[in-house]
Amino acid sequence: MEFAQQLLNGISLGAIYALIALGYTMVYGVLRFINFAHSDVFMLGAYAGLLLTPKLGGGTFGGGLAVLAASMAVTAALGVVIEKVAYRPLRGRSTLTVLITAIGVSLLIQNVAQNRQVGFGPNPKAFPAVFPQKTFSWEVAPAMTNTVAATADTAPTVNVVPAKTLSVNTNQLAVLVVSLALLGALHWIVHHTKIGTAMRAVSFNATASSLVGINNDAIISFTFALGSALAGAGGILYAMNYPTIDPLMGTLPGLKAFVAAVLGGIGNLPGAALGGLLIGLLETFVKGSRWSTYSDAIAFAILILILLFRPAGLLGKLRVEKV
Amino acid sequence: MFMTTPLLQLTDVTIRFGGLTAVSGVSATVGERELVGLIGPNGAGKTTVFNLITGVYQPTEGRIEFAGEPTAKLRPFELTERGIARTFQNIRLFPSLTVFDNVRVAFHLHLAHDAVHSLTRGPKFQREEVELRERTRELLSIFSLERVQEEPAKSLSYGDQRRLEIIRALATRPKLLLLDEPAAGMNPAEKVELMKLIQFIQEKFRLAILLVEHDMKVVMGICQRIHVLEYGRKIAEGTPAEIRANPAVIAAYLGKEHA
Amino acid sequence: MPPKSQLCLLAALAVAGVATAFAGRMDPYFLDVLLSVGVSVVLAASLNLINGFTGQFSLGHAGFMAVGAYTAATLTKTLGAKLLPLVGGQPWVLLPLALFAGGLTAALAGFLVGAPSLRLKGDYLAIVTLGFGEIIKVILQNVEFVGGALGLNGLPTTLNPAWSGVIVFATLAAPMLTVYVVWGLLNSTYGRGFLAVADDEVAAEAMGLNTTRYKITAFVVGAFFAGVAGGLYAHIKGTLTPGGFDFNKSIEIVVMVILGGMGRHVGVILAAVLLTVLSETLRKFGDYRMILYSLLLIVLMLTRPQGLFTWPLWKRKAA
Repeated sequence: MEFAQQLLNGISLGAIYALIALGYTMVYGVLRFINFAHSDVFMLGAYAGLLLTPKLGGGTFGGGLAVLAASMAVTAALGVVIEKVAYRPLRGRSTLTVLITAIGVSLLIQNVAQNRQVGFGPNPKAFPAVFPQKTFSWEVAPAMTNTVAATADTAPTVNVVPAKTLSVNTNQLAVLVVSLALLGALHWIVHHTKIGTAMRAVSFNATASSLVGINNDAIISFTFALGSALAGAGGILYAMNYPTIDPLMGTLPGLKAFVAAVLGGIGNLPGAALGGLLIGLLETFVKGSRWSTYSDAIAFAILILILLFRPAGLLGKLRVEKV
Repeated sequence: MFMTTPLLQLTDVTIRFGGLTAVSGVSATVGERELVGLIGPNGAGKTTVFNLITGVYQPTEGRIEFAGEPTAKLRPFELTERGIARTFQNIRLFPSLTVFDNVRVAFHLHLAHDAVHSLTRGPKFQREEVELRERTRELLSIFSLERVQEEPAKSLSYGDQRRLEIIRALATRPKLLLLDEPAAGMNPAEKVELMKLIQFIQEKFRLAILLVEHDMKVVMGICQRIHVLEYGRKIAEGTPAEIRANPAVIAAYLGKEHA
Repeated sequence: MPPKSQLCLLAALAVAGVATAFAGRMDPYFLDVLLSVGVSVVLAASLNLINGFTGQFSLGHAGFMAVGAYTAATLTKTLGAKLLPLVGGQPWVLLPLALFAGGLTAALAGFLVGAPSLRLKGDYLAIVTLGFGEIIKVILQNVEFVGGALGLNGLPTTLNPAWSGVIVFATLAAPMLTVYVVWGLLNSTYGRGFLAVADDEVAAEAMGLNTTRYKITAFVVGAFFAGVAGGLYAHIKGTLTPGGFDFNKSIEIVVMVILGGMGRHVGVILAAVLLTVLSETLRKFGDYRMILYSLLLIVLMLTRPQGLFTWPLWKRKAA
């Protein structure tokens, strides 16, 4: 049943990547640039969870939800501020200028967070229990003993096969339930609300959307809020399943989530979710194999392959440059 | 029609983008040293035809031959090597390079030196550089642009930018020059200048020109033969006089009731 | 008589030679900063060829640097005992060879990364090169022969009298060679092609320029010198860890190029010198150094995206 266990772990990791990837893909959709600071918003989400858990009574079901919601609100606000201060003044400038600024914002957040005086300090911190802790195990195959009969030159041996169990803890369950709920909510916002329609319009053609009276700036702010809230939730869910958090924890998951967004087809929401899931599964299975030490490189290898052979991603459409 | 093979020959060329057929079954020719017009209403596929000829797009069906050689799978720079040069509808100069360097870069095709020679900088390299500078200056002076040769290209007036783009294309020493709406945005006086310029170029550099243009006066005034496109299909071909009298062309441009 | 540019190079190398002769009498801290500056100039000038003049955006320079550093260090340290006798026990022969080998392997890596990915543009290329840098790091962490995650220790440095001279000379001469190569490549009709590719790839292709080839050339040459810089870095620091060549290192080099005004020879050299000296002086501010760095980057992009050192005096296109 190792396979089922890996599948479960992979899906929960993938769900977190999906949450982060959605933020990248949404921002790319409306502004056509890679928001490098997104992975740091994810990190700040985890820290918000760390600080808010004692205040809002984390550890209980209701308290956990309160912590989650409050942290998402904090990161959403952060996302809006980052966009306003750093990116909005650059509207219409070259991609490179915006990209470099985004890298600068990312470095700034990381280094402020690492600072002992003004930030959280560079050392990893233990992450508290946000939801009640419980582990459910099922014995799927009982323990067995095999006896290998003696042959001419060997003595009889007894092999003990331990019981196979599939275990799920509440943290993993929370990841699955929360991310599914958030994906559903996002789908509803994007497809069934007025502001979601406006988001799609800006993403489709920003000039045209402003001509029909959509306030592009407001929509872009909303997109950042939405994406950052998802990243914040991702940060908490990620931290719940790993013992510690630190200011640089966002970098690798952020990059992998970006790869997930590209894999699914950048700008495409279901694509980002699918990509996240695939990357999470793949990484988990590689970690369980003898190539485990290479698991961090897997995402990048996929990225390079996908950009070479299917640059539009799995679900995306290629834009042809007009000559 | 032609005793010899034409310089450029399109045979049943079709290109589809997804479900959209942008150019459909177009056959056309341009002979050596011929000045041919390609006209049609907006969205008829004229620029797409240019992009097919220059290798920016590959045709979905049909074949294109240049100087008797099929051009399939050749990249744009390889077609330029073989003698096709072009200008762009929405001027594409090298904006930060000087006027001089814009032209000098285009001479690159006929250059003997490369990266290694740029580092060794031997006498042969030096001689070639001097000679290229001379030729660049010469070309610029024919079109009286040497007075602005040290300015960045982006600082030129619109008309000068259009002319610089044509000069730059000439520096590749083409056999066929494709001009994509060179008269766009020009006033009537400038258009007259442009017509003279195009005819002058064709005479002086002995090349064939394929001209995409909206302005009927320009096309009718200088072209020997005209192809007409509508919705990606060729609807007519002939001399300016024939085209002017062609009911299909009139219908395409003015609507059916005028035909 | 050789052209003026080559005479300049010879004169510069002579200065490097004289400086090397006096290195023993220099203040060790000053020498340390001087050598760091040398490495930075090599890195910045070579990245400038890719990101500045050719208009690509690589975030993987530290990756190429790592390849060169590990190659050179393997030759002088791990295999040093076997190789040194082959060259008459002379570090003056072994180190340049090791640096050159480091450059070549980095150039090969540059080709392997560049050939498939250079058709990507802007931010996509940035991400691929970044990903490549991470892959290099993971691979180095897994190769026991080069020390795995612990890295390599005890490389010959300037503290070793036999090696001191050649390390100092190489570190002072390499930036001059790099600048000469980048300058020479660009200042020819052929070299104007790099700038044309940066300005408008479609138009460059239409003018008969093989844009892919130009981009790969820039990538390979840039990676070569990043590899050389890595080799020098290894022999200045004496230790190597895969983590030392991370994303932040790439960013540091990118900042130099941007600050200097992408695609300007003198500006980028000045920026490399300034930032290296600055980061050495800011060391006492420790934790605040990187905060300052990132703020600088953001403010620069908001107010002067064209870079700091962009007076018309050093016109980018001046031939």
